[in-house]
This record gives sequence, structure tokens and C-alpha cells, in this order.
Amino acid sequence: MTTPPSSSSPPLRSSAEQLGRDPGRPGAGLTAYVLGLADDALVSAQRMGWWISRAPQLEEDVALANIGLDQLGQARTLLAYAGEIEGDGRSEDDLAYLRDEREFRNVWLVERAQTDFGVAMARLLVFSAWQRELYGALASSTDATLAGVAGKAVKEVAYHLDHASHWVVRLGDGTEESHARMQAALDAEWPFVPELFEPVDAALVAEGVAVDPVALRPAVLARIEAVVAEATLAVPQVAPAVGGGRRGLHTEEMGYLLAEMQHLARSHPGATW
Amino acid sequence: MASVYGNDFGARAETSSDEPQSFLDLLAGEGRVEPRDEMPDAYRRTLVRQIAQHAHSEIIGMQPEGNWISRAPSLRRKAILMAKVQDEAGHGLYLYAAAETLGVDRADLLDQLHDGRQKYSSIFNYPTLTWADVGAIGWLVDGAAIVNQVPLCRCSYGPYARAMVRVCKEESFHQRQGFEILHTLSHGTPAQRAMAQDAVDRYWWPSLMMFGPPDDDSPNSAQSMAWGIKRFSNDDLRQRFVDMTVPQAEALGLTLPDPEIRWNEERGHYDFGEVDFTELFEVIKGHGPCNAQRMSHRVRAHEDGAWAREAASAYAQKQAQKQAEKQLVRTEGAA
Ligand SMILES: [Fe+2]
Ligand SMILES: [Fe+2]
Repeated sequence: MTTPPSSSSPPLRSSAEQLGRDPGRPGAGLTAYVLGLADDALVSAQRMGWWISRAPQLEEDVALANIGLDQLGQARTLLAYAGEIEGDGRSEDDLAYLRDEREFRNVWLVERAQTDFGVAMARLLVFSAWQRELYGALASSTDATLAGVAGKAVKEVAYHLDHASHWVVRLGDGTEESHARMQAALDAEWPFVPELFEPVDAALVAEGVAVDPVALRPAVLARIEAVVAEATLAVPQVAPAVGGGRRGLHTEEMGYLLAEMQHLARSHPGATW
Repeated sequence: MASVYGNDFGARAETSSDEPQSFLDLLAGEGRVEPRDEMPDAYRRTLVRQIAQHAHSEIIGMQPEGNWISRAPSLRRKAILMAKVQDEAGHGLYLYAAAETLGVDRADLLDQLHDGRQKYSSIFNYPTLTWADVGAIGWLVDGAAIVNQVPLCRCSYGPYARAMVRVCKEESFHQRQGFEILHTLSHGTPAQRAMAQDAVDRYWWPSLMMFGPPDDDSPNSAQSMAWGIKRFSNDDLRQRFVDMTVPQAEALGLTLPDPEIRWNEERGHYDFGEVDFTELFEVIKGHGPCNAQRMSHRVRAHEDGAWAREAASAYAQKQAQKQAEKQLVRTEGAA
């Protein structure tokens, strides 16, 4: 699905318009959808990168780098595609480095800082279980590009899910201390699960382009709950967080993440690297 | 100490008087010593220390470049950098595994790193202040590491030599990436060009120090050479690095911060200025810009991860026990 490029240079936009880059434009819905998936992967990769040189053991430095690299790869392909659909000539780097916080569409699950290995694994379990179902379904999207990206990514996230599951089970069913810490980590991440299942553009779902997140819920939860049970942990009973990432509403931590990620690129406008 | 990541550790020399004939025959025939072969204790200890310090250098070396993963200026550069730092972790893994063939274990070697009994290459005690430093490290530091390590691919100890073959392949990829970063910067905006020159100015002399003290001051080398661990002297390797790097600097359009560099037709080598080793010795003593930071980063990661490592081994033990119980039930059922 493509959009004709805009004929004139865009006028100054209000911040509401910026969120959707002219929501009325043809293709704006698809651009927003693809950006959501891209930003989830990008922001998750950004957080994953922190672990390289900080993991509990050397094998884990390697594994987390691998996972981060997979996510970054997914983000790059999706961002490039979003730029293409949008038709304003924005590259993957323009979209990653030159958008402001309110234009990012990732869920809250991936954006918060984390320095606890249990939290990192709880989050990866949830995120990869969700991505596993999402990409599995998206592989048969009527949009050939999305189907292609998803077909490749589904194998990567299956490995991520496997990796996270192994750790959650080992930590949950390890020592008394690790059991308590893993349960606390799961409790901390659980409020951010429901946002993953917020509905997306119904027209895109009807066309078979997008996957309806609501429909993914049972399978995703079943995957997570099986791991939680094997880990001798309890599925948390906590109220959901407010969320709003898909509408460009983020936690305060997002601004710092972007400040760090974008600072150098923005300090040298027009430079190539 | 023989050539490692850098040669700058200044460890004491070991010598050996009692060497088994089979060991001497292997060395004489340029054969490889394998873990089960007889070898003198001093040879074993020297190798353990050298391989461990090399492994430590790989993992501490993750920090200065890891420092820029979150800020890499394009997604392509971010991916390349993540992969590079990941490679260094992999190098650490190969090397700790090679050390373990000599009868030590990784956990113990890490303890020795953490409490300062073993060292790592001093080059990683310099800070990465700008993005160009990532380029300079790839080009100069990985470049110097290659010059040090290529001869180690022929080291007399088999597992170390084989680990080095894998490591060297990846290091040359790193070196090319570093060169490419600097090339892009030096052909970019004036600010980018200045950034590149500044990084080279700061990393040039420390890179030369990676080859260790001058040969006159390096009495340890003879034994390592006799053992087939070290193949070339510190000064020979340093010269080889300078000869390789000067033309590359010209290709980059960057200036090496040494006015004495010039081609010497007679020697067939580049002349270069005298390295001021007083700085190196200060850094080795712990007074470099980042010694304390590198160590506290490493120790914190290790301590913060202890609960997860303990959980993994407790879980493995439980699983083994369950397996054994099942086995017992099956055997009893069959009886
Ligand atoms: Fe390395
Ligand atoms: Fe390297």
C-alpha cells in the first residue's frame, strides 16, 4: 500500500497534527500502525543495549546483545517502511532521531529504565510472547512487506521467548531469594501488559493488513502463564497502568531515553555518519 | 610477559629448569602442546596468567565502546557497535575456555580480576569522550591488538592458538569498521573532521604503549620466546604497527600526533618519536583516567548478577535431583 507524496511543503503543524502526521491523509493509519511496531522494537533494543557489559554472566552479555540486535533489525526495516508509506522522504534515521517524544508510538512496557535482571527477563517474556503471536499472525498479512518482515522476525522472537522463559523458570524455581525477586519483577511489569492489546485501526484489520491485538490476547496470556506456572510463580493480580503510548503519551522516562539516543545525531544537523 | 591484548602488564618473568623431554621435542618440532601433554609448571602458569589477562582485556574492553551504544548517531552504526561489543564478549568466552583447559576455572580468574590480582590492558583505562573515539579504538586499538595477536595464532599452546585464529578474524573486521567511521568523519562536516582528529590525537600514543616497554626494559620476553608463546619483541611489533598505520592515516587524511614520523629509506621502516612510558606506568599503577570506573562497573555487574547465577545453579541442581529420582523409580520398577 503506498501513498502519493505530498505536493507542497507542509505548513507548521499543531502538536495534535504532528502526532499522526496529518491523520486525514491516505496511508496515515498504516504509517501509524507500522510506527507502533517499529518503535516497540527500537525502544526495546535501546534498553537492551544497556545490558551489554552488565549481564550476570558473559554468555548473557552475548545473548542479550543478540536479542537487542534482532530487535534493532526489526525496527530498522519497519521504520524504513513507515517512511516509505508516509511518502515525505524520511529515512529510518530521520524517524528514529528527529521525531519528538509525542510522535513515538511504542507501548510503555518497553520504555521504562530497568537495571534488575529479573525485571529485564519478566519484560522480555511478556514482550516476546506478544511479538511471537503478533508476527506469527502478521506473516499472513495482505501487505506483502509486513508479511515479509513478520515472517523473518517470528523466528527471532521465538528464540527471545525461549531465552526469557528459561530464565524466568530458573529464577522463579531457583533459590528463595530469586523466587521472591522474580515474583516482584513480574508484579512490576504486569500493569503494562494490557496496553499491548489495545485495539488498532479497524479498517486495517478488516483489510487483513494489520493484526487485531485483542484477538492475540488469549494466546499471548496462555504462553506467559504456562511459563509463570512452571516457574512456580503466581500470575499477578494488579491494576493495569494507564498507557497511551500508541497515542504518543509516554512515561517521564521516555524523554531521557530519547535525549540520550538522539543527542549526537541532532547536534550535527545534516551530517552523515 | 609475552604478547597479550597489549604487552603492557609488566608481570614478572617465569623461568623453568625442569622441562620434560616430550615438551622440548614438541617445541623443537614447532608442534602444538595440547592440554593432556606434559608441560613444565612455569609454562602452565605463564600461559594461565597471559590468557586470563587477555580474556580480562576483552571483557573490560567492552566498556569504553559500550559507552556509545545508546548514543550511536545512526541505527546502522548502533547495530555495528552492538555487534562489535558482543564480539568482544565472545572473545572473552573463547579465552576463558582456553584458560580452563589448563586446569583453572573462569569464576576464579574473574575473582582475581575483581580483586586486582590480575590485570587487563591499560588502553581500556582511557575514556571514550566522543563518537570519534569509537572509530579510533576500532582503527588503532583493534589494529594494535591484531599486530600483537596474529603471531599468537602460531603459539605453542594449541587451545590458545586456535582461539586466536577466531579472534583475529573478527578483530580485522573491527579494525575496518573503525577505519570506516573515521573516514566518514574526516570527509564530513568541519566539526566531524575535528572530532576525528582529536580522537586520533588522544589515542595514538596510548596505542603505541599497548606493545609494552622497550625491549631493553623487557627482560621477560626471552623465556616466552623460547617457549614459543611470544614470537616477536615488543619493539618489533610496535614498528610493524607504525608501518601499517602511517599509510592508513594518510588515506584517512588525518595527522598522527608525532612530528618525527618519516619514512626511513635505509631501514625500510617509518621512524617515529620516543614513547613516553612514564604515563603508561602511571596508568598501570591505577592512576589512569578510568581505572576505578572500569573496575567498579565490572564488579557491580558481577555482584548484581550473583543472585541470578546462584538461582541458575540451584535450579540445575534441583533438576538433576529430580532426574536421579525418576531414574531410581524406573530402576526399582524394573527390578
Ligand atoms: Fe577482541
Ligand atoms: Fe575487537
